[in-house]
Amino acid sequence: MTQALFGQLLVGLINGSFYALLSLGLAIIFGLLNVVNFAHGALYMMGAFAAWMLSSYLGIGYWWALLLAPLAVGIVGVVVERTMLRRLYGLDNLYGLLLTFGLTLIAEGLFHHYYGNSGNSYPVPEALQGGVNLGFMFMPIYRGWVVVVSIVVCTLSWFVIERTKLGAYLRAGTENPRLLQAFGVNVPVMFTATYGFGVALAAFAGVMAAPVYQVTPLMGSNLVIVVFAVVVIGGMGSIAGAIVTGLGLGLVEGLTKFLYPQASAVVIFVVMAIVLLIRPAGLFGRVK
Amino acid sequence: MIRLRSPEAWGWIALLAIGLAAPFLVYPVFAMNVLCLALFASAFNLLLGYTGLLSFGHAAFLGSAAYVTGLAARTWGWPPELSVAAGVAVATVLGWAFGSLAIRRSGIYFAMITLGFAQLVYFLVVQMSWTGGEDGLQGVPRGKALGVIPLDGQYTMYYFVFGAFLAGFWLVWRTIHSPFGQVLRAVRENEPRALSLGYDVDRYKLVAFVLSAALAGLAGSLKALVLQFASLSDVHWHRSGEVVLMTLLGGMGTVLGPSVGALLVVTLENYLPGLDALSESPSAQLRLLSRLGKLPIPVVIGGVFVVCVLAFRRGIVGELRALAARAFTAVKRPSSSTTSSE
Repeated sequence: MTQALFGQLLVGLINGSFYALLSLGLAIIFGLLNVVNFAHGALYMMGAFAAWMLSSYLGIGYWWALLLAPLAVGIVGVVVERTMLRRLYGLDNLYGLLLTFGLTLIAEGLFHHYYGNSGNSYPVPEALQGGVNLGFMFMPIYRGWVVVVSIVVCTLSWFVIERTKLGAYLRAGTENPRLLQAFGVNVPVMFTATYGFGVALAAFAGVMAAPVYQVTPLMGSNLVIVVFAVVVIGGMGSIAGAIVTGLGLGLVEGLTKFLYPQASAVVIFVVMAIVLLIRPAGLFGRVK
Repeated sequence: MIRLRSPEAWGWIALLAIGLAAPFLVYPVFAMNVLCLALFASAFNLLLGYTGLLSFGHAAFLGSAAYVTGLAARTWGWPPELSVAAGVAVATVLGWAFGSLAIRRSGIYFAMITLGFAQLVYFLVVQMSWTGGEDGLQGVPRGKALGVIPLDGQYTMYYFVFGAFLAGFWLVWRTIHSPFGQVLRAVRENEPRALSLGYDVDRYKLVAFVLSAALAGLAGSLKALVLQFASLSDVHWHRSGEVVLMTLLGGMGTVLGPSVGALLVVTLENYLPGLDALSESPSAQLRLLSRLGKLPIPVVIGGVFVVCVLAFRRGIVGELRALAARAFTAVKRPSSSTTSSE
């Protein structure tokens, strides 16, 4: 009984780690660029695929993939920002959403066309195989690794944004990009780098996810909508809020899977409806 | 208002004639599909084009109405009008529920919330047993309109759908050209100002949302009768995105734009795979064109999306209107300059 409960909570915590990583990237991109990046799920999928391709075509393992896949996808992001997103900055932010939606259809369609619907499995790296018995439950080491790494990465991102000079520029750019530019900061480059970083974070999550889930062309397709709901619940105002909400909702989902499995796919949307009723600005959001 | 014998009136009469003749010119089911999606896009445009609200979850209303109509017609044996009414009623209630929650946030959050609710509906449809899950709801009978006219023939069905489309389209047109529609436009242009003028903005938004959902439901119900099934693709977020594309491509904030967009997108989806047949053609250009037929549809749709957003934001009807406006001022300017010189 408790075994099953803790098992589901762990699965929830892992899902929550991915929600946190993805909503963090979304929040950073939205904060500065004012773009809701619909392509986030597709880029997560591309990260997982990059890892899988590196291993099956070039024999490059997990640890290098953890570095190379986000780099490759980050470069894709930089190209997208430079050639397309950049043209939309002065406009209503719905165009950014629509552009990235179109790119999502293209990316998922192409991967689906070439790799089909079936999943490709990606092995757990040797160093992280096996598991430990925690007394109340058995925990596969890789799953623990996912949770710890994503918390570390999120905390690190939070630290960089809230406590360093680079982060101060970023926050200043979020408040008033024109004034920041007048102070001599190269804001266009900052925009590009921010998009690249947010996208790389999605790809990083994809690589982390590859050994847990199957690598499929549509693995990010429903995920991005859940992450949007997470963002609505948390409010995009704060980085810490995005992380806490992501992990928390993962746990809620895990708990639902234990109590009433049929509702686990929709519980986050139900929570979204309740939050909109009680606190329309989101749990950590500011009312503008 | 449209004056009789104005060029605009002649244009509408010509379109009506084309609509009446359509089933004899093209495959009737294709024409009906276009009409359903044109109504869907027109309903959607009421929100995006005239109220400035981007709903990314309109498939929920189309799809749920399609399923309910299918259920009523097949399992309960209701006549077509009642089945359609049931579908519209469910879409209206859903629209009210989702709308009243979603309008609590504005801008881009609104899009994300509607998308989330649509996903909720999608998962419910997947899980409930009466919807047939992955297979969809198949074998929906068309029944007899008014209890006497059998709709099994493609032509009678077409005119049934055409009549419903006209009624829906007229309602959209009437709404846009009413004082209510003027307030919606004011909300779109400047919400704080509309609020300070004393308009209950939230109420206007909600009514527009419910109306749009109801008409989207009408489109979905008709579609279920036309194709005689309701499937998961009707509630999937691809469908919600597709209607955005139709509206954007045709021209948002124009009366005719969404229908033009629907015609183009449905044509693209139906005939693009057929281009593959040109690969044997002797002409090099045609062979190049045939490559397009090999591309998966979502990729092409996505490509059109990207082009529209980057280079073509006014859409076809919007561009034509701008062109006409330019031509009009170009004609007027010389005459006005002569009067000023006199």
